[in-house]
Amino acid sequence: MHQFEIKRLLHIKIGGLDASFTNSSLWMVIGVICVALLLLGGSKKVIPGRLQSIGELLFEFISNMVRDTMGEDGRKFFPFIFTLFMFVLMSNMLGLVPYSFTVTSHIIVTFALAITVWLGATMYGFYKNGLGYLKLFAPSGTPMVMLPLLVVIEIISYFTRPISLSVRLFANMMAGHTMLKVFGAFVVALGWAGIAPLAVMVGFTALELLVAFLQAFVFAILSCMYINDALHPYH
Amino acid sequence: MEPEAAKLIGAGIAAVAMAGAGVGIGNIFGSYLQGALRNPSAADGQRTNLFIGFALAEATGLFGLLISFILLFGV
Repeated sequence: MHQFEIKRLLHIKIGGLDASFTNSSLWMVIGVICVALLLLGGSKKVIPGRLQSIGELLFEFISNMVRDTMGEDGRKFFPFIFTLFMFVLMSNMLGLVPYSFTVTSHIIVTFALAITVWLGATMYGFYKNGLGYLKLFAPSGTPMVMLPLLVVIEIISYFTRPISLSVRLFANMMAGHTMLKVFGAFVVALGWAGIAPLAVMVGFTALELLVAFLQAFVFAILSCMYINDALHPYH
Repeated sequence: MEPEAAKLIGAGIAAVAMAGAGVGIGNIFGSYLQGALRNPSAADGQRTNLFIGFALAEATGLFGLLISFILLFGV
């Protein structure tokens, strides 16, 4: 579909690698600029204005989530989780603007984010707990008979984590935009009777706003859970 | 059967997996509301678990949707 197409804006070739600056890269840069403007550009008053309130609300929201899921010693991961959340949120939100490009509707982008979180959490787990991190795969209190089966299941579930994390975000964004496109085609095809699907479109756009926020939140909360496993593997 | 037709039918069948995700998500939010209305003071503490459950239930259905995307656009 037209809205998911990658176009090269600047042709750059490094060796045999195609490192062109595409419309996807452009919208990533725009997303980062928007996050920076939202969090740094506003006023810094004791009584916050509207824009400052948005930034403070998001900050507090993620801060509470990090404390709830990882406890006090997870505080050092707050900047990482907050950056991840704001980037995904802003990419999803900017994708709802007509004629824009949704960065997160490409699986390579979400997979890169997810594999970074997963690899980072795994390496941190081994760095902090040594080989004791492997106890994560054998939950305490399991009967010996069940152990071989359970270890296999735990290992499979551990290795599907980056896939499920990336596919969830990608499929939600892609399916949402495809749905909007299909209903948009109804509006055009029906002529003056297209007012009915247009009303439905307004509702769907509101739903997509909710999904954009929810998926960014779910991405952040699952990243927290994975890092929490690395921090406290003895559950 | 022509390969093109088989591809489209396969994509449709793969998307049926989303029905399971719908049942699962509805069940999770329904049960959460049921519990939250019985004991509103305990509701806030379980919101994290609510979203984790929601995410896990949704993921299984989305794997099916991914297969249908691959069939439609990838192959």
